[in-house]
Amino acid sequence: MARSAKQINNAPGIAAATFVVVAVLLAFVGIGLRVDALSGLGPAEWQAIRFTILQSLLSAFLSCALAVPVARALARRRFWGRTFLITLLGAPFILPVIVAMLGLLAIFGRSGVFNDILAMLGIAKISIYGLQGVVLAHVFFNLPLAIRLLVQGWQGVPAERFRLSAQLGIGPGMMFRLIELPLLLRILPGAFALIFVICLTSFAVALTLGGGPRATTIELAIYQAFRFDFNLGRAGLLSLVQLFVAGGAALLAFCLVPSISFGGGMDRMQCRWDGQQGRGAKILDNAFICVAAVFLILPLLAILTSGLRGLVEVPLIVWSSAWTSLWVALLSVLVLLGVALPMAGWIASSGNGRMEIIGLLGLSISPLMIGTGWFILIYPYANPADWALLVTIAVNAMMALPFALRILVPSIRDTIQAYGRLSSALGISGFAMWRCVLLLRSRPQIGFAAGLTAALSVGDLGVIALFGDPDRSTLPLQMYRLMGSYRTDAAAGAALILLLLAFGLFWIMDYWGRRNAIAQ
Amino acid sequence: MKYSTFAAGVLTASSAFAESPILTVYAGDYFTSEWGPGPVIEKGFEEICECDLQFSTGDLVPRLLLENKRTKADIVIGLTSDVTNKARSTELFAPHGQDNGALTLPIEWTDETFLPFNYGHTAFIYNETTMGTPPASFDALLAMPDDVQIVIQDPRTSLSGLALILWVDAVYGEKSADVWAQLAPKILTVTKDWSSSYGLFTDGEADMVLSYTTSPAYHMFAEDDFTKKAAIFSEGHYFMVETVGKIARTDQPELADAFMSYVMSEDFQTVIPTANWSLPSALPTDQWPEGWAQLPLPEKVLFYSEEKSTAVQESAIETWRAALSK
Repeated sequence: MARSAKQINNAPGIAAATFVVVAVLLAFVGIGLRVDALSGLGPAEWQAIRFTILQSLLSAFLSCALAVPVARALARRRFWGRTFLITLLGAPFILPVIVAMLGLLAIFGRSGVFNDILAMLGIAKISIYGLQGVVLAHVFFNLPLAIRLLVQGWQGVPAERFRLSAQLGIGPGMMFRLIELPLLLRILPGAFALIFVICLTSFAVALTLGGGPRATTIELAIYQAFRFDFNLGRAGLLSLVQLFVAGGAALLAFCLVPSISFGGGMDRMQCRWDGQQGRGAKILDNAFICVAAVFLILPLLAILTSGLRGLVEVPLIVWSSAWTSLWVALLSVLVLLGVALPMAGWIASSGNGRMEIIGLLGLSISPLMIGTGWFILIYPYANPADWALLVTIAVNAMMALPFALRILVPSIRDTIQAYGRLSSALGISGFAMWRCVLLLRSRPQIGFAAGLTAALSVGDLGVIALFGDPDRSTLPLQMYRLMGSYRTDAAAGAALILLLLAFGLFWIMDYWGRRNAIAQ
Repeated sequence: MKYSTFAAGVLTASSAFAESPILTVYAGDYFTSEWGPGPVIEKGFEEICECDLQFSTGDLVPRLLLENKRTKADIVIGLTSDVTNKARSTELFAPHGQDNGALTLPIEWTDETFLPFNYGHTAFIYNETTMGTPPASFDALLAMPDDVQIVIQDPRTSLSGLALILWVDAVYGEKSADVWAQLAPKILTVTKDWSSSYGLFTDGEADMVLSYTTSPAYHMFAEDDFTKKAAIFSEGHYFMVETVGKIARTDQPELADAFMSYVMSEDFQTVIPTANWSLPSALPTDQWPEGWAQLPLPEKVLFYSEEKSTAVQESAIETWRAALSK
């Protein structure tokens, strides 16, 4: 087996993984230091746990199920502006939740565009508030991620496979069974686990669109235990529950992933003969693309229009916060790549995909708990405010890690399987393997992962609010402050700046990855 | 050699700082923002104290409980009376040393530890152009048709949300569960914090929002918008007061005392209305900024002492949660 040849050093990967585990453990140690008594969970907490799992399952299932036809259509069709559309469809995922929520409500809310149209047609209004609202919002956020992961998977299939299928006269049905089904089996479980965990820690959106306390999630219960009751024992216990639910789901998902590869190819442009057969397929594909585009882009337009109105009222300080957010995002990307690349290399070459669960740790523990745990540890020795930005950068990188791994691991695994033997024969290993083979082959994935991290750090409020340094603030924090002092128009303007900054960073890095990339 | 130059630099720098002592004030995040009262207060106090006032932001009570005896705070500003009990239990605070008799609150204040610096009342805000006849009492609100949709905050995550359930408890007592059941269909949704609720209201998503009696003032004086009004209820409104406290182990006792008297000064009190969009705690009505005295305010004020508030909080939250979870 080519795999058994030791081509990349696993030590940096294991070190990076250890770093993540230690960072999470330290947070629990910090909290553990201050727990007086462990108290059990009451009926309200159990209700929260049940609701959290239900809405996360539904959201993850729907996001994945809807992503399949859309991603398939996008992979099969070639049209003007396709690449831009794929990038734009990714935008909802990188939006800060509160901005996205206002955008969604402008379309699907009680006085939103959608209900206005229904009213004009004389149809009864629909209500977004309830479980359906929570799921709608989570699908809005996560459908883009699922689409992107799938499109990337499809693009990774060597063009020769499709060419051969066409030569052999394999029809769409058979092609689905032979190529696309294995592909879906390889990508969907991981995507499902990732989205499940994201929805698990949702809180403000779930509460607001869920219509009230019925939609209490574990994260809200943690927040309440910490802020209102100051019951660190209960908060810590709930965090553990959250961690175990996330870990369990991830373990199941990654066990389902078959380790198959499509092998290497000649990097020709993919041509999908199957997509050109039959008008029905074409119409269906176009319909899927249109519906998804309308669903994902309309709320963005709402944010754009209200933001443009507020832009003139945006005070100068917001721009300096945007600058802070920008370099925090860039540093987060550097930290992320420093951790994610060696980890992805280790996971991909060890052939044990389950280790990817470590990446999910950072996402499944509540940021409030990470922040608090570290605060307790730092406080006796230093002023936490001095550490605020450093901690924010570290937490941002940790939150983005599972996404980066999900994006990088399959590509690096394929590269090792396809080029490992040749590299061994040529005596390429270690750092040279990274430089000459892995980094080049995975450039689109690295660009995508870096862009995602940058955008997520720009949009995330993170833990900075906990550490309390009033002089250094990030853009989301400044936006919340505007909202908190009645300046809703200016806040909408700040939200637009935030959206453009996040999207711009994402676009630049993603473009860098795809430009001149060896594998298109 | 390099190191000694560096050390000399550090030493001179720190001695330069040593000339102006630092007063560390813990405050909520909203307080210190560009648009909050923090910057004005900092400037005002530094003019008279020959010191450097530094804010440190965060969740006040959890932070004090975490830091405990090691807290670096000299002053803590922004504790509402619904959380002062927990703050007091840290035994970190010293008597405020000011004359409670100088306060102009609508209730009697006897606390010697926490000193009120501003106040307001919970109220539902409506838009005059879309709601012709607002409810004149809580009963009238309950009797309104269910297509009137209000948005409130979660008492488990927001202090104004907590004030609402105490308000309902103060008006209806034992019958609170029924009241919540009647109110439930009118509640469009519950948000995590005040700002999301208010955003939903200004976006036209909700007819009324749980906010403060002073909210219309922002629209009137900052935006020239006279359409946003507070519905004044005959049963009375829950009183919300924010206080400031002095840390007993402060290393700047004189400065801390000076700050406490600054809070009671006319300088401080006159900036409160337009800087914090709330009412000053020690300023006669005739000295309020122009137009403020005309703001419709409730005649009857409902207030729970911190003991009473602490005693009923848990069961009131559970009543609320159970009624709205159905």
